[in-house]
Amino acid sequence: MDAIFFYIFALITLAGAVMTITRSNAVHSALWLIFSLLGVAGLFLLQKAEFLFAVQIVLYIGGIMLLFLFVIMLVNLDDAAKQRQFNKQWPLAIACVAGVGAEVAWFLRKGVGMLPPPVIGPAPTVGNTEMIADVLFKDYLLPFEVASILLLVAVVGSVIMAKKRI
Amino acid sequence: MVNFLDYIWMIPLFPLCGAAFMLIFGKMIDPQPHSHVALADGVGDDHHAHGHDDHHHHAAATQFLVRIISPGVILLSFIFSLGAVIQLASKAEKVHQVIQYTWLAGLPFHMQDGRIGIFTADWGFLLDPLSSVMILVITGIGFLIHVYATAYMAHDTGYYRFFGYLNLFVFFMLMLVLANNYTLLFVGWEGVGLCSYLLIGFYFHKKSAGDAGKKAFIVNRIGDAGFILGMLLLFSVLGTLRFTDVNHALTNFHIEDGHFGVLSCAALLLFVGATGKSAQVPLYVWLPDAMEGPTPVSALIHAATMVTAGVYMIARSNALFKLTPETSAIVAIIGALTAIFAASIALVQNDIKRVLAYSTVSQLGYMFMALGVGAYWVAVFHLYTHAFFKALLFLGSGSVIHAMSGEQDMRKMGGLKSKIKVTYLTMAIGSIAIAGIPGFAGFFSKDEILWQTWSSPLGSKAIYVVGLTTAFMTAFYMWRLMFMTFYGECRADEHTKKHIHESPVAMTGVLSALAVGSVLAGWLGVPKLWHMPEVFSTFEQWLEPVFASEAAHEAVHEASHDTSMEWTLMFLSVGLAVTAISLAYRFYVQRPSIPESIRQSSGPLYTALLNKWYVDEIYDFLFVNGLCKGGGTLLGSFDRNVVDGGVNGVGWLTKFISKVSMWWDTWIVDGLVRLVSLIVKLSSYPVRILQTGSTQSYALVFVLGIVAIFGYYVTR
Amino acid sequence: MGPITTMHYLVLSSALLLVGAIGVLTRRNIVVILMSIELILNSVNINLVAFSRHWNQVHGQVFAIFMITLAVAEAAVGLGILIALFRNKETVLADEVDLLKW
Repeated sequence: MDAIFFYIFALITLAGAVMTITRSNAVHSALWLIFSLLGVAGLFLLQKAEFLFAVQIVLYIGGIMLLFLFVIMLVNLDDAAKQRQFNKQWPLAIACVAGVGAEVAWFLRKGVGMLPPPVIGPAPTVGNTEMIADVLFKDYLLPFEVASILLLVAVVGSVIMAKKRI
Repeated sequence: MVNFLDYIWMIPLFPLCGAAFMLIFGKMIDPQPHSHVALADGVGDDHHAHGHDDHHHHAAATQFLVRIISPGVILLSFIFSLGAVIQLASKAEKVHQVIQYTWLAGLPFHMQDGRIGIFTADWGFLLDPLSSVMILVITGIGFLIHVYATAYMAHDTGYYRFFGYLNLFVFFMLMLVLANNYTLLFVGWEGVGLCSYLLIGFYFHKKSAGDAGKKAFIVNRIGDAGFILGMLLLFSVLGTLRFTDVNHALTNFHIEDGHFGVLSCAALLLFVGATGKSAQVPLYVWLPDAMEGPTPVSALIHAATMVTAGVYMIARSNALFKLTPETSAIVAIIGALTAIFAASIALVQNDIKRVLAYSTVSQLGYMFMALGVGAYWVAVFHLYTHAFFKALLFLGSGSVIHAMSGEQDMRKMGGLKSKIKVTYLTMAIGSIAIAGIPGFAGFFSKDEILWQTWSSPLGSKAIYVVGLTTAFMTAFYMWRLMFMTFYGECRADEHTKKHIHESPVAMTGVLSALAVGSVLAGWLGVPKLWHMPEVFSTFEQWLEPVFASEAAHEAVHEASHDTSMEWTLMFLSVGLAVTAISLAYRFYVQRPSIPESIRQSSGPLYTALLNKWYVDEIYDFLFVNGLCKGGGTLLGSFDRNVVDGGVNGVGWLTKFISKVSMWWDTWIVDGLVRLVSLIVKLSSYPVRILQTGSTQSYALVFVLGIVAIFGYYVTR
Repeated sequence: MGPITTMHYLVLSSALLLVGAIGVLTRRNIVVILMSIELILNSVNINLVAFSRHWNQVHGQVFAIFMITLAVAEAAVGLGILIALFRNKETVLADEVDLLKW
């Protein structure tokens, strides 16, 4: 059962990704990206990361992708859709990425035996969210605060960048 | 009784004081009245041309002090000289030396034979028979000429200046003859040269006068160079320059000591100095031009005294010349040559003063002839008699010019003998004297010279013949002068004729005094042949101590004396003189056409004589233009091409080096820099391509980098 | 099909990464490039979560949360830049923004 779901979600993710990068209409690209992100969320769920599954959907899809869609609407991309979509360096790019891919494949091949066996622990007593909260606010409190500042900076920055007159 | 001998230093002092007074205070006591004469450029001293009667009185007043002081100091000197000479005569050893002060004592000097001599020069005076003759002549005749000049120069501006210079001249001349060593003699020598220059160029407004002054000084200088060299050469052999010491050393000279050639050289160089000062060939050229000066100057300096300085100097150095017969021979030859050369020119000159000038040169030649053949006392005797009659002739000519209102050309004169009687008579006496008529001064001295040239061991018959010919020419041209000036019809223009008048008493009195002298002076040197009382041979005896071995010489000479020869020669010379006078009479009084026809027929010869044998032109060409201007051009081109060329060459070299440096800087140094930039530029072309400006291409490079990094790990 | 091991997830994440990389390098539209960047970030998240499961710890997930935060911030700022760029240059094509070209 597990395997089927994995393959389904994997397919969604990859298909969505490929479609994202190939559509000329930006809105279509965004929608296909949402599709892909849903697949990712599913994969999170399979890995027993329920909190992350929720966060992914709410934040990523509901936040970022919506932001993308708003901006796409703001920026008139009709003319862009009629233009050539792929740039001049695409052969070289695909070659390079293929190269990277080959190397990564080689690493994976080589490393598959080195990976220690999964750690099977006792069933967790508390829920996933509680566990995350436990680690997040104890061990990673500082990064948490820094991340909040980062968000503040990002907010201010994006507002300034988008203003007509500073 | 004043011991005049102790005061011989005052003899030159009086004229010096006179000169100092004149030159310093002259302007105050003689403020110049405005004179009409300032810018004359005519013939000689033509201030007489204008009516001078109105000036006379005015001038006389302001010039009074000058008239008294200037001749007065000379009179004082004369009195002191006379006194000193009389006292000298009573001394046993007739020499008196007073050394006032030794100047330049102790200058070490390498001598010929390696000894160290000490060069000393004294300010000392020596009075011996020779210098006593000289001081009497200088002060005596000088005094007379000063008196003459007070009247002659009365109309001139610069009256006080003239007398100042004249006194200065007498001072220097006295220094010259009273000096006890060669250096002080040379001081006087130079000083008279200076005064000659100042006085010749007295009418400095006239260019010809200034040029004549310069010529005199420069030609004199050439002689002076010889004099200095001779003097120093003498010192290098003998180690002393005092006359007494020099004569002592030379009379005791031994030939085997060596230095004979050096002594000959020294004698010759001293003679060169004498040539310049006493106007012998080739340095006589200044004397005729010196006639630009006022007539009293010509009389005093260029007849009686300065030009005789050379004769005096050689007489003083007789010991040296006696030792070097070759040099003596040269002296005699030059003297003879000068005598005949100058006489030939005088034959055709038309300016009265020029004739007298060449006559002076000729007579000086006689004196040198006498010196050259060893008859030193005779030369001094002729000097003494010549002073009288030459001064007389010059002053007389001045009187004539004064009467003729400034005219000097004899062709425009004539028939003056009845109009200016005193001048005529005195000049006639002078001319008879110079012609050598017995009884008058010139006869005794000239005849003695001619006899000595014939008979002396150092003489030669050739020199005698030259001397005889010159005597003939002398008589001829002198009486030509006389006849042209005083006889015949007056050829002057009407205006001048009206003004002919006798000169004032000051002038005629002097002329008379000198005429008396011209007659009587010679009687001190009567030839022994006439067998007269001793007193008539005083001159020779008086000078005996100076020309020491003369006595011995004469003694030897006496033994082989050819008396008949002497009488013959005497009659021969007198006869020639009379012939010359009558020939002149015939030519210029009776038949004036004869000289005219001779002139036509001997065209080139006449022109040559009239132009003084073109000597001045030759000198001009050789020395003035050739040496000086040519040398100037040569040095100029040397300076331009070599010296400036060197400088320019350095400049060119600097420019060249700077060009090389610039090339180096531009191509090598800058080249390296530009090379670096070129490399950067060339290497930038490929690198530039990476800067696409497109972020995606940068991202591609990222990925390429990742490929590379992974590739490293893959291959490790 | 064997059991789904961690390796499967790794392969998946690598593939997603590569797709995203292609998108970044190849597409001209800046919006699509930003979306491709999101893909890459997601592939990383998948990797993190897979390993968190492998080690039976929750740290990987916490890191994934931070990753998502970062992705948010970066997307916001990036889109702000896009808007500013569009306002100035009237284009959303990356090729036409090449002022720094030599």
